[in-house]
Amino acid sequence: MASPARLELTGITKRFPGVLANDNVGFAVKPGEIHALLGENGAGKSTLVKMIYGIMQPDAGEIRWDGQRISVANPKAARKLGIGMVFQHFSLFEAMTVLENIALGMDAKIPARDLESRILAVMGQYGLKLEPHRIVSTLSVGERQRIEIVRALLLNPKLLIMDEPTSVLTPQEVEQLFTVLRKLAQEGCSILYISHKLHEIKALCDTATILRGGKLVDTCDPAVETSRSMAEKMIGGSLKDISRAAGRSFGAAKLAVKALSLPADGPFGTALRDISFTVRAGEIFGVAGVAGNGQNALLLALSGEAPNADPASVTVDGVAVGHLQARARRGHGVASVPEERNGHAAVPIFTLADNAVLTARDRLGMVRAGLIDAKAARTYAGEVIEAFSVKATGPSAMAESLSGGNLQKYIMGREILQKPQVLVVSQPTWGVDAGAAAAIHQALVDLAATGSAIVVISQDLDELLSLCDTMAVINGGRLSRPMAVAEAKIDEIGLLMGGIHGEVAHAH
Amino acid sequence: MGIDFIIAAIITVVGLTTPILLAGLGELVVEKSGVLNLGVEGMMLVGAISGFAVTVYTFNPWFGVLGAAAGGALASLLFAVLVLQLNSNQVATGLALTIFGTGISSLMGLSFTGRIVVPFLSVFPESLAKHEYLQLIFGYSPIVYFALIMVPLTTWFLKSTRAGLILRAVGENDLSAHSIGYSVIKVRYAAIAFGGAMAGIGGCYFSMVITPMWAEKMTAGRGWIALALVVFAGWRTGRLLAGAYFFGILMALELYAKASGFSFLPSQFWAAMPYAMTVVALSFISSRGTAGANAPACLGKPFLPST
Repeated sequence: MASPARLELTGITKRFPGVLANDNVGFAVKPGEIHALLGENGAGKSTLVKMIYGIMQPDAGEIRWDGQRISVANPKAARKLGIGMVFQHFSLFEAMTVLENIALGMDAKIPARDLESRILAVMGQYGLKLEPHRIVSTLSVGERQRIEIVRALLLNPKLLIMDEPTSVLTPQEVEQLFTVLRKLAQEGCSILYISHKLHEIKALCDTATILRGGKLVDTCDPAVETSRSMAEKMIGGSLKDISRAAGRSFGAAKLAVKALSLPADGPFGTALRDISFTVRAGEIFGVAGVAGNGQNALLLALSGEAPNADPASVTVDGVAVGHLQARARRGHGVASVPEERNGHAAVPIFTLADNAVLTARDRLGMVRAGLIDAKAARTYAGEVIEAFSVKATGPSAMAESLSGGNLQKYIMGREILQKPQVLVVSQPTWGVDAGAAAAIHQALVDLAATGSAIVVISQDLDELLSLCDTMAVINGGRLSRPMAVAEAKIDEIGLLMGGIHGEVAHAH
Repeated sequence: MGIDFIIAAIITVVGLTTPILLAGLGELVVEKSGVLNLGVEGMMLVGAISGFAVTVYTFNPWFGVLGAAAGGALASLLFAVLVLQLNSNQVATGLALTIFGTGISSLMGLSFTGRIVVPFLSVFPESLAKHEYLQLIFGYSPIVYFALIMVPLTTWFLKSTRAGLILRAVGENDLSAHSIGYSVIKVRYAAIAFGGAMAGIGGCYFSMVITPMWAEKMTAGRGWIALALVVFAGWRTGRLLAGAYFFGILMALELYAKASGFSFLPSQFWAAMPYAMTVVALSFISSRGTAGANAPACLGKPFLPST
């Protein structure tokens, strides 16, 4: 007889007001198995793991741990059982040191010195590099994730839950993470790996459980499935590829950035150094890079939120706009979508119509004699909602009432329907499900087809490779040589993202 | 200026500093846990009358201090229930606590008006406490020493103990602390109660040491100075101590200006100085681009975990 599963769920049901988040879900994870939990945003993956980790309690169903029926009262109880979790949004304390952050995750009281030596031991064992006394706010996203992993590993977990761990890592960092996870699995630790990146699941996982709309769709073997078949199970329909006209040609240079430099904004900001590139009409230009390498500064410098002393540093259709503020640049046809949806791209406590006024008022004439034309704003917001199938109660819905993915669709739509000459977007599909992401990508391709120049700043390499015509890598505020996506090599891009340039790679 | 004058001046400054140091330390801990309690003035008044009343009944100033701590803590728990359990706005609730504390202390104090107690002065032998020079070390109320001991104790607690680490974590990122499994609400209750007790003891320094009798609104706005002090100190205990003495000197100058008719600047100018200095210090800190670098990130925000 086979030994009992490490974790077995049967009939798990969780209801929220108006939503059935999990409906009779059940699956089992064996010791040493890497088990993928796959699904779109809102499919119920997070709710499910929150119940395993004791953050929430199921309304019905049972959880078995090594064959024993258990109820996980809280995260502390989960850790006591040997369940560790690495969250997608790191539960870290920015102003504290690595050591303090790890100490906070430990239930037993361990003297700081012992803890430090144990941390160093775990880091050595799994090849995770970290400096215990650094303040978290100075660390890269990859390093922050390592804190979470070390924190979980110190508890000698028997089950490690990883929630979307690779969305912010370079390809090399992903490889390093996989090495750690495989080593853990070999040692008998089960891993529950939440993701929607199918090729990673194929590369890493032994089994995949697919959820859709709170229900279990299938439990399958990723080795025999194709990425496409899993994606279609996940979205419950056939997947649309980006369609673009064959044999496109680009027009004249539309956006030209020449020797753009910008001092760092604050002690944790990144300065831009001598950035030059050109985007032609109809071209989609991608900027890859690990978070915190100057992407924010680049977006601000292009949108006009951070104007430059040198007007010629940014030109649109030959007109120097580098010295202009965002509103004036909008007048020249430059629209932008920053990474942060709430509070930067949109005002959470404003209605969708009011949020439309904020960026479309000049181009679409929503303000007359200093008064807002509320009807025009509502009509435009309604058009955006319609065209981008935004799930909202209407133009008078508060921005904060929308889910992240829907708000993102609305914001992208708000800019795209203004038909800008130049559109600069950062993380256009961050936290957006596959269906919505495909819609956003298609809209960008369609906008480019009308002759606009588009800059996409993203940490998601897959997105850039499928979407862009040309791409470059930003590292430490410097932009690499642009390359045609068709000729780009993943390895080279990965090295550039890690700050290693061509000459070093050739050295040996 | 003779040596006697300097000694008298130092003793005055220490006396003026102690209440704001105590209340400021308490508020610093409260704010480090992410809660902004603007009710310091009200809690000080409740502490002042509680300490006085207990001393009148028990003839024991030590019990009086405990009573003041209990009174201040009780008042702060009212605030805690409102902001932590019912998620009321912290600023409005804190202001309400000050108004409430002012009123309830007047009501409690009705039957104590005109009575006096033996002031809670130095417990050292008179040869030390009244000695010409040694009184600089031994001539103070035990509350003064308590306040001074609490500075390193609070520093140690926040920096080196696990409980202090958790408290800072709760103030830094309440949702993360919650997801790791700490009880944000319990930590904040404890911090608020500590802040209330410290404000209460600070308040009773007025009714049991400075003027050993009860008078309405006798804390005269010092609770507000304590609040400003926390920001002025950038949420650091060492700077809070320095800042408290700095403000103490400014307040002493006000008294001196009043008493001596020292007239090239009106005493109101000196009375306004602590507040003016806070504004200056804040502008200086923010102009260096490190504004709020040490401010708890969750300060004043209600804790709203998603289901």
